Amino acid sequence: MTAEPTLNPAIEARDISLYYGDFRAVKNISMTVEQNKVTAIIGPSGCGKSTLLRAFNRMNELMPSARLEGEIRFMGQNIYAPEVDPVRVRRQIGMVFQKPNPFPKSIYDNVAWGARINGFKSGIGTPSMDDWVEHCLRKAALWDEVKDKLRQNGLSLSGGQQQRLCIARTIAIQPQIILMDEPASALDPIATLKIEELMRELIEEYSIIVVTHNMQQAARVSDYTAFLNMDTDRAGTLVEYGPTDRIFTRPVDPRTEAYITGRFG
Amino acid sequence: MNKPFLTPYFDENLGRRRLAERVWNVIFRASTTAGIIFLALLLFNILNQSFGYVAMTTKVDPDTLAVNGVALEDMDKDSLVAVLQANVSKGKFRQLERELPMAERSRDEVYGLVWSDVVEPEIAGTWLLVDSILHREKILAETAQKFPRAEVTFRSWVSPQFLATPQASNPLTAGVRTAILGSLYTILITILIAFPLGVGAAIYLEEYAADNRLNRLIQTNISNLAGVPSIIYGMLGLAIFVRTLEPLTSGVMFGATEPGTANGRTILSAGWTLALLVLPLIIINAQEAIRSVSASLKQASYGLGATRWQTIWHHVLPGAMPGILTGTILAISRAIGETAPLVVVGAATYITFDPTGLFSKFTTLPIQIYQWTARPQPEFRNLAAGAILVLLIMLMSLNAAAILLRNRFRKALYDR
Repeated sequence: MTAEPTLNPAIEARDISLYYGDFRAVKNISMTVEQNKVTAIIGPSGCGKSTLLRAFNRMNELMPSARLEGEIRFMGQNIYAPEVDPVRVRRQIGMVFQKPNPFPKSIYDNVAWGARINGFKSGIGTPSMDDWVEHCLRKAALWDEVKDKLRQNGLSLSGGQQQRLCIARTIAIQPQIILMDEPASALDPIATLKIEELMRELIEEYSIIVVTHNMQQAARVSDYTAFLNMDTDRAGTLVEYGPTDRIFTRPVDPRTEAYITGRFG
Repeated sequence: MNKPFLTPYFDENLGRRRLAERVWNVIFRASTTAGIIFLALLLFNILNQSFGYVAMTTKVDPDTLAVNGVALEDMDKDSLVAVLQANVSKGKFRQLERELPMAERSRDEVYGLVWSDVVEPEIAGTWLLVDSILHREKILAETAQKFPRAEVTFRSWVSPQFLATPQASNPLTAGVRTAILGSLYTILITILIAFPLGVGAAIYLEEYAADNRLNRLIQTNISNLAGVPSIIYGMLGLAIFVRTLEPLTSGVMFGATEPGTANGRTILSAGWTLALLVLPLIIINAQEAIRSVSASLKQASYGLGATRWQTIWHHVLPGAMPGILTGTILAISRAIGETAPLVVVGAATYITFDPTGLFSKFTTLPIQIYQWTARPQPEFRNLAAGAILVLLIMLMSLNAAAILLRNRFRKALYDR
């Protein structure tokens, strides 16, 4: 198990194990995620990729039986410390889900809602809500397609557009990290490509952690890759973690090599 | 190896499968048809009794009241007063004078009094709608023979006058005004209590309550409560609202009624009792609706840093509202037709004045219907049928309102 040291850590997992009730889904993972890079988490089905991802913004807590051991440090603080409000964590570490899930509201409100509930206030020197919505939609490469129908329901968009709307909505709360849980797995190849291009653009301002079961996608889009595998006790462990080109060309661990060459998984 | 799908077996099997399908199809059609037939019969029965010929006669032949060859309708006021005084008891006349002295009444009012208290129109016979249409000649002949003075007219037992007049002992003047108002007041209070309580409980149980033994016990009990016979709720209402909380439900605490005459058998008690009755229904339906809001929507909300309450208010409730309203419609329908618990709580069966507020005595449509069907005179059965028609229409319009509301919520959610 290797955890590559980095110069600018965005978020850092320190020896975390995750449980659902008595079942240990992920065990003893330590990894440091680099700022303004795309970090991909790959691995076979059921190895705990999504569980690990959701640990980074305390989304696992929505399931009452979920529990975490260890700590995750973000901006010098353990986000699982008792005094930390999960709402604060999720505002700073946004999330895009596998299935596009815009709210059944207008496109405008989809973007504005998150900002509004988090206390968005326009004033001197800060943008108006209209400008902010436009800014976020532009960042998500969706503005040109929806600028004439901002009042339409978000659900009326195509799947790829919906997913970019979800990204715009996440950007609107100005997180520092965006977690993406197989963001393109429900999309066609062209929409997938658009999302991947978007991810490369977004890392100028944000750090991205993406879970994917598509190795080509990981190779195309990510700077770092973490390979998770199921151990004999069915708990996910971090097998290998490093720069993407090294993982895909010169993997150290034989299990990594077996997985990326398609011999299992 | 054998080929398990050889053509002859498959063909034989397919025939059997198709046959089974046809048989079930016939069964399902038959059950639907039976349901429709019974409903149609019910409606037919009600309509049949609500309209039809009525033979009207009078207790006293108005011609015998003529004085010096002047018929009743041609008399002036003073003669009419004289006729009235001559033909009713002294006590009755004094009572009429107390209500409003004869001197202050107009000629037409006195004429009306003579007509209702001296001549006294009454019903000699009533016929069902079908008979009225099919055997008109026979009815006319029969009436002419049995009651020579009777006049046969077609009467709709549901009429504006029926809706506007209170209960009376004379079927010709009895109406459902008191009962309609009582039902509306009661149902309004029921909704005002049961809707917020039920939705609140559902939100708590679905979104906040931990999955522990206590909450599972509560959940099971709510489901069981939905199946408790309504008369048990009536007894609960009697014990709690009518007896224990009497100072509250009778309005004495608020100075609304005289302490001497007050008791807890008020609209408020009835509304609370029905609210308890439909509460489990509303909770269960609301829970179902809340559960059906997709988890991914809630996750999206939490993922944007929404608190639990923001998620519930902005996403769960709007998404669940159509389902919650459907459950509420069912609950209203149930409550509006309930009779047994209200009998126990003490709805008055004979009451002639409008309910004035939360603390007044009351009756409701089902109770009025029940009371009329229990009477021996056949005319009251016609009245009961008319009242059933009114109840059905009232129920349908309340439901239509709720459905419109529900569709507006759906529209607000998914169109645009």
